[in-house]
Amino acid sequence: MRQGSSWWVALVHRLSGIALALFLPAHFWVLGHGLAMDGLLKWTEQPAVKIAEWGIVVLLAAHLGGGLRVLALEFLPWRDWQKSLTAVAAALTVGCGLALALAL
Amino acid sequence: MRAVRSQTLLWVAQRASAAVLGACVVVHLATIIYAVRGGLSGAEILARTRGNGAWFAFYALFVLAVTVHAPIGMRAVLGEWLGWRGRARDAVLLAFAMLLGVMGMRAVFAVFA
Amino acid sequence: MSTLHVRIWRGGAQGAFREYEVPRHESQTVLDVVTHVQRQLDATLAYRYACRVGMCGSCAMTVNGRPRWTCRTHVDKVARAGRLEVAPLRNLPVIRDLVADMREFFDKWARAKGQFRGSATRTDDFARVSPASEQRRLADAAIECIGCAVCYAACDVVAWSPDYLGPAALNRAWTLVNDQRDTAQAQRLRAVAGDAGCHSCHTHMSCTDRCPKELSPTASIAGLKRATLKAALRDEL
Repeated sequence: MRQGSSWWVALVHRLSGIALALFLPAHFWVLGHGLAMDGLLKWTEQPAVKIAEWGIVVLLAAHLGGGLRVLALEFLPWRDWQKSLTAVAAALTVGCGLALALAL
Repeated sequence: MRAVRSQTLLWVAQRASAAVLGACVVVHLATIIYAVRGGLSGAEILARTRGNGAWFAFYALFVLAVTVHAPIGMRAVLGEWLGWRGRARDAVLLAFAMLLGVMGMRAVFAVFA
Repeated sequence: MSTLHVRIWRGGAQGAFREYEVPRHESQTVLDVVTHVQRQLDATLAYRYACRVGMCGSCAMTVNGRPRWTCRTHVDKVARAGRLEVAPLRNLPVIRDLVADMREFFDKWARAKGQFRGSATRTDDFARVSPASEQRRLADAAIECIGCAVCYAACDVVAWSPDYLGPAALNRAWTLVNDQRDTAQAQRLRAVAGDAGCHSCHTHMSCTDRCPKELSPTASIAGLKRATLKAALRDEL
């Protein structure tokens, strides 16, 4: 692979951030109606919506993982193993995705 | 204020809000997974959240942190990937921040008040 | 004897890759290949090298898409199915063929206040700097940079933001931030902060991955982030 693992984690971090930034206004709009909008909740029962919800949660976990990596690199004393923070970020994301998938 | 100083403070705000969001997101994700696993309906969730002062405060803080974090993040994206820099970009991002803040607090009130 | 099929960039910003057939040898480096082309096949090819033993950094070029020292790149390591592609370093204007214009790279070094500024004179005693001190250890970890621009070529933020000072300039500034004799600390932190400075580093770590001296500009830049944070909070920026 041409690019190192940190490059990929940073790219996922940025793309997930953009997706979340675009998603949030819609999320707030839906929640602003209060959760007891039965028609709306019926709509969220659709499999496509469930998959999209799962996708959003995975993006959030990925962004969190990548973000923790950045904070560790910038604020903790430098060690060579910090390059493997990529692995931690990835593990976090996968773990979260699995947890939610099992729950859905 | 010198540009370098304000840009540095934007970075500080980004990292500080990231730290706050780190904690908030973990709680939020755990809560979602718990609610989904429990098969809670909208009405059931609302029964637990309405009038809950602690959750209200938590999510208000969450919204505030997001209002700081998301626009500053998008600032880098707009500048580096779209070549968009200068006053216009900052104006748009400020509007985005206000949009998130208003809609976010509206949602917090709807669910927790 | 087998043959290498080598594509080499010819021209300036406008140009094209041209194909050459080069005899393959044992222990051949990419610099050997480029030198063969210039001496035996096409004398008009422009390229740079000096020491040819991995000390000066002059032979840095893009080999199969990655910036490397060509004198330290064995053909066996990079040639896929006997093919090679050699181009000038990315993120710098091309003078001609494989020669990049390094002026902007060194201008940014200067803009980052990458020069030592002291206050002692010839009549003063030597400065006493303990090699084991925290500051000196931090400086020493980053001090071996020879300004080859491989990190600069590898950096995506340099590609995206023309004003970004880049990993080498910031790394050098960090060594001086940790130089207890230096008197220009306040100006230096101001020079390396902000959008053009350390705060635009997104920790892709391409610089650290590619540095032939195995330095970590990412670590140095993280140090600058912490130093500028302190200065900003103390209203010294």
